[in-house]
Amino acid sequence: MTGTATLKEILLRNLRQSGIFLALVALLLLFAGLTDGTMLSPGNLTNMVLQYSYILVLAIGMVIIIIGGHIDLSVGSIAAFAGAVSAILVIKNDMPWWVGVLAAIGIGVAAGAWQGFWVAFVGIPAFIVTLAGMLLFRGATWYVLGSISLSPFPKPYQEIGNGFLNGLLGGQGYDIFTLLIFAFAVAGYAVSAVRGRRARIAYNQSVETLVLFVLKIAVVAAVVMAFAWQLANDRGLPIVLIILGVLILVYAVVTTRTVFGRHVYAIGGNLTAATLSGVKVKWVNFGNLTNMGFLAGVAGVLYSARTNSAQPAAGNLFELDAIAAAFIGGAAVTGGVGRVTGAIVGGLIMAVLTNGMSLMGLGLPQQQIVKGLVLLVAVAFDVYNKRRAGTK
Amino acid sequence: MSTILQMQSITKEFPGVKALDAVNLTVERGEIHAICGENGAGKSTLMKVLSGVYPYGTYDGAIIYEGQTARFHSINDSERAGVVIIHQELALVPHLTVAENIFLGNERRGRSGLIDWNRANHEATDLMNQVGLHENPTTPVSQLGVGKQQLIEIAKALSKEVKLLILDEPTAALNDTDSAHLLDLLRLLKTRGITSIMISHKLNEIESVADTTTVIRDGKTIEALDMSDPDADEDRIIRGMVGRDLEHRYPQHEAHIGKEVLRVKDWTVYHPTQQDRVVIDHASFFVRAGEVVGLAGLMGAGRTELAMSLFGRSYGRQHSGSIFKNGEELHLRSVSDAISAGIAYVTEDRKKYGLNLIDNVRRNISAAALFKLSRKGFVNGNEELKVAEEYRTSMNIKTPTVMQTVNNLSGGNQQKVVLSKWIYTDADVVILDEPTRGIDVGAKYEIFTIVNRLAAEGKAVLVISSELPELLGTCDRIYTLAFGRITGVVDIADATQEGLMKLMTQERSAANAGTEDKEQARS
Repeated sequence: MTGTATLKEILLRNLRQSGIFLALVALLLLFAGLTDGTMLSPGNLTNMVLQYSYILVLAIGMVIIIIGGHIDLSVGSIAAFAGAVSAILVIKNDMPWWVGVLAAIGIGVAAGAWQGFWVAFVGIPAFIVTLAGMLLFRGATWYVLGSISLSPFPKPYQEIGNGFLNGLLGGQGYDIFTLLIFAFAVAGYAVSAVRGRRARIAYNQSVETLVLFVLKIAVVAAVVMAFAWQLANDRGLPIVLIILGVLILVYAVVTTRTVFGRHVYAIGGNLTAATLSGVKVKWVNFGNLTNMGFLAGVAGVLYSARTNSAQPAAGNLFELDAIAAAFIGGAAVTGGVGRVTGAIVGGLIMAVLTNGMSLMGLGLPQQQIVKGLVLLVAVAFDVYNKRRAGTK
Repeated sequence: MSTILQMQSITKEFPGVKALDAVNLTVERGEIHAICGENGAGKSTLMKVLSGVYPYGTYDGAIIYEGQTARFHSINDSERAGVVIIHQELALVPHLTVAENIFLGNERRGRSGLIDWNRANHEATDLMNQVGLHENPTTPVSQLGVGKQQLIEIAKALSKEVKLLILDEPTAALNDTDSAHLLDLLRLLKTRGITSIMISHKLNEIESVADTTTVIRDGKTIEALDMSDPDADEDRIIRGMVGRDLEHRYPQHEAHIGKEVLRVKDWTVYHPTQQDRVVIDHASFFVRAGEVVGLAGLMGAGRTELAMSLFGRSYGRQHSGSIFKNGEELHLRSVSDAISAGIAYVTEDRKKYGLNLIDNVRRNISAAALFKLSRKGFVNGNEELKVAEEYRTSMNIKTPTVMQTVNNLSGGNQQKVVLSKWIYTDADVVILDEPTRGIDVGAKYEIFTIVNRLAAEGKAVLVISSELPELLGTCDRIYTLAFGRITGVVDIADATQEGLMKLMTQERSAANAGTEDKEQARS
């Protein structure tokens, strides 16, 4: 269909997607007001990135797991185990920092493959396999650490979680390098958006009006650069943010543009139809679980680097935050639906809620209650929407 | 006779669509009233309005039931008034017993408030007798065939003291024997004063059982035909449904038969879970290029099992025998092997096996042939869009855009999406399993036009169907399958319904299990 869509059409067509973005912005503004601007201060924004990066990394993997019709309860334990092994190698055995990083990621992949084997080839539901994994890898963490915490990591290892790229190009009170990187990112986004629009026009698909299109890019650019400005005024570009950015980009492409991604959606949407369409269901499920393990390994590195230690109780309940992020971000419990960007925004909503309430001096009890309600409301909104669309 | 139901000028709108436009329906007490119409004409919507799925107030117009204006706010309301709807997809819980299913939501309780199972089982037996079923009430329904499950649905309706029974395509999944039995039962219920409304695409059944037929087209009532009128025959109904005469129910097909493409030799398959049970027994057949070959068999004969086991061993255990394509033996261990060998299997039950209903037209079309659209694991989305648009045009898929979710399409258009998906794999052997089930006359015609086009392109086509007129109208040669064995092959020139039916019921081996077991194996 050729034609242009108006703002209203776009918002309505994608109520859920636009809804969570608006919710995130509204929450940021709300807390900015309630905390007299502290929420949006350079220092606080930077801290939020550092504190929630590992949840966001897990949320990326979790949403793909959920799209495929599974669930993974073991990610917190795998992250803890990965961090523990890394600490033993680096802290106890004085190995170089990068050996720890590789080992942690290797542990994650191996744990994911182990679970993938049971799910894909033996045919046990992921809920059971990963529940077992949750106990198994938590136990393994306690075991290898001998029930005590290990610290500190060498400086380069800590930098992964706490470090910044700063002053590489100098600056007068703000970091030019940070601004430049973000400017590049925005330019890249604009170029790809223009290309996508051209392709859609070439293939006779509906596009938004030119004014709206330019406006959309301008708003995104403004928000991103404002965020960059705040970071540049604090400590510069957090290293975790680079890692996170790369992962988001890679997995957004994996889910939307690759055969593997398509097959995950197909399996979650209709398993039998996927099987009869030649999808190698077992291998895709195996790959999906293994990938989750990989990301849990990465999260393990980030968390141990951030806390500068490996603790037996590390990563406790991370899985629930990651699952909540995926569902707030629009994933469907039945599988087949969800987006990486959605899960990231879902994770950010959780992050803003936690951070905002902490700034206001609200304790853990209130935070838990609010987060629980937000999860419930978000999914209820989904269900309501689906029912409205389904009455046909 | 008095009037039991009058639906007056019912209008139901959804955002952007007027599903029903001032529809009138008058049903006399104690009659069997058929409702006909193409898919998407509004039959199901009308029945949902009647049964309270769309509550009072969400539609315009009035429902006069038993002389009073009905204001049903839910299915519970309508059932309390004696209106019971049996949906096309049976709503039984497979692991519960017959009695548990019959009284689900309507449990027989003793004085203590707990369920009185003796009473429930006793009453269930009684209800089953009324529908001509003699099963143990404690049998799980999953162990019964589809035909019997349908009867249990009716027994369940009887337990609710039904006055007006609505059946949505009750015989769509039944074989001829079971269908006949069901229609007899409707006649029996009629003598007991129960009124039935039946939605059906099977016009011969309507002709034989209905007293009145209301034809709906594009959300409007076209006419109500008194079936005792000699002019009210199948052709008359079709004319009302499509608004035009269908000169030929099946498109003309001129065969240009080439050399042999597919040959299956001594294909034997065992049941996936029950050891030593042969489901397909030394089946041998062949299909030539440009030929449309039919595979006729009653439900439970092993039609789908045969096709699925050939398609990369998607069914069964211990496959033996051989498959040749163009004279070369194939060893197909998986579906992807079969696809790359150029075999396509258009599954029966498109919703369950054929489509990812929550995904869009575009991605459903490409689902079985992403390898054609991808390089190094990356899908070329623009090319995919182009392909989808091409198929939308060439297959006449009626959808506003290819980004539409397939769940929102009508049955006929969904089937065209499934066909597109398989044609896009470039297969030269195409197996179609019940390609026209549950789709309307117009769409059927289109589907068979596509089948003919495939044959004209030199593909070898195998059509599995339980509707003999359909096979007779479209095939060049028909194999019959009974109890897992190929019992005959008939050239179209010599084929008659009676002759085929005889072959389809021929039991060659006495050692084979009865029909009943076969049916159970399927369900």
